Amino acid sequence: MRSYILRRLWQSAITLVGVSILVFVILRVIPGDPAKMLLPEGAPQSAVEELNRHLGLREPLWVQYGIFLRSVARGDFGQSFQYRSPALRVVVERLPATVQLTLVAMLLTVVVGVSIGIVAAVRQGTGYDYAGTVLAVLGQSLPNFWLGIMLILLFGVTLRWLPTSGFQGWQHLVLPSVTLAAFPTALVARLTRSSLLEILNKDYIRTGRAKGLAERIVILRHALKNATIPVLTVIGLQIGTLLGGAVITESVFAWPGMGKLVVDAIFFRDFPVVQTILILSATVFVLLNLLVDLLYPVLDPRIRYR
Amino acid sequence: MRRLGRSPMALAGGLILLVVVVASAGAPLLTSADPLKPSFGRRLQPPRALGGASAYVLGTDNLGRDIFARLIYGGRISLTLAGSAVVLAAGAGVVVGLAAGVLGGRVDDFVMRLADVQLAFPVIMLAIAFVAVIGTSPAALVAVLALAGWVLYARTVRANVLTIRQLEYVEAARGLGASEVRLIAWHILPNTLAPILVIGSSQFATMVLLESGLSFLGMGIQPPQPSWGVMLAEGRDYLSNAWWLATVPGMAISLVVLGANLLGDGLRDLLDPHIRQ
Repeated sequence: MRSYILRRLWQSAITLVGVSILVFVILRVIPGDPAKMLLPEGAPQSAVEELNRHLGLREPLWVQYGIFLRSVARGDFGQSFQYRSPALRVVVERLPATVQLTLVAMLLTVVVGVSIGIVAAVRQGTGYDYAGTVLAVLGQSLPNFWLGIMLILLFGVTLRWLPTSGFQGWQHLVLPSVTLAAFPTALVARLTRSSLLEILNKDYIRTGRAKGLAERIVILRHALKNATIPVLTVIGLQIGTLLGGAVITESVFAWPGMGKLVVDAIFFRDFPVVQTILILSATVFVLLNLLVDLLYPVLDPRIRYR
Repeated sequence: MRRLGRSPMALAGGLILLVVVVASAGAPLLTSADPLKPSFGRRLQPPRALGGASAYVLGTDNLGRDIFARLIYGGRISLTLAGSAVVLAAGAGVVVGLAAGVLGGRVDDFVMRLADVQLAFPVIMLAIAFVAVIGTSPAALVAVLALAGWVLYARTVRANVLTIRQLEYVEAARGLGASEVRLIAWHILPNTLAPILVIGSSQFATMVLLESGLSFLGMGIQPPQPSWGVMLAEGRDYLSNAWWLATVPGMAISLVVLGANLLGDGLRDLLDPHIRQ
């Protein structure tokens, strides 16, 4: 068990090093001359050269990478070109909005997705099952940017029930979080259904029923517990989908989070901010998936890692 | 092909895709309207079904361009980009997966770690970062999409190679003196074809979504070109007075994604021997 944890920690560390290399390569090596971007237009070539040397950009690549890594480790992600303040601070200020949105979407995903999955599995072959499957297929086919716009059209423009942009109060959270949750909810619903169906055929479920346990207890206590593992894995992987979906959803609803920030930053060629967001979101993803992996043995005592 | 008939799901998905592909390919035959030419006297005409002029089946957009024409010409762009990206991703993924599976050792470790690293980023974030750097030409977009998609194939092919290599018939062929190259080409690769096909058709849906998402954000196909994502982005400013502008292209995207998802799911049920039993 301990060696498994150590191995997963080691793998995650390697992945994060890879993440830093990839970000370094994309944003430092390819896009030309950062000094030109920092200096006002028409700055003399000597000033550009001077700044390049000052920034360490005339050093060999591996030295530059070392410098980059050391400053990232210190939490120094450079200055935002756009906001003229540390990139990390710019990103962290936007973090709560994104965390709020993704947490609500995640909650919706788990509660709605698992419920639909259970109902569909328990009532297999009935209208409920059919309706659930259709909903799930639709949820996976509607692009979230379109779904968002259609929700705005229906609930904002036509019915005027809910606000369509902005960030104050729960009403503002409804449309963006539903938009963001649609795809992962559909996925979780389908997966819960299929993994529950598989388990409902098992002997111990028949035993449970035969000894007269209430159906509710058979499903919720015995079956669902064992159907959780594949579902949990997918939920872990959906964190990436949610963070990515937030990019588009936040742009649709003008939600002032990290997703909208990264889109704006790209348009302003504000690479320090882009780099910060890339590293931060990848780190969150790696750590949460590590957490999910470490949770397996807690959920299923049969899983013992060597 | 005959087996396709046994899965209504795959059949329905295939038919949907076929209709959209034929409509896009035959765009010049289906409409004489120019998808790019503005006509300011005819702005925001409603679709024919809503009482609009009969010349415009789906109405006109904010610049008076024929939405139907833009839709089917836009389909050409969106479908071509997504299709090329799937082929490129599959090609690269298969080669890398084969290399990892056959060579093993360091190569394998490197490829699998690389896959982990890439999967740590939300696809769309990685894509927009690349687009910011290499630009939004169609070729760059295909490259970015393919880059987002190779991992699935590589992992699948690698896993398949590792299992198939141990099978008796491969051992037998090896015993008969077949070279390693021949083993891969004749015995291992054909058996990884089915999962690649399944991944490919589901991924086509992802690619269409990703391309239109990028174009929607302004980081894909650039206006005035009629990509579905561009049309959607243009239409969102007219929700209160011309809702069909944003509705029509979104329906097209959803339809294609639905078709590809159904085809992928159906193919998986057909081709996966575990499920077929």
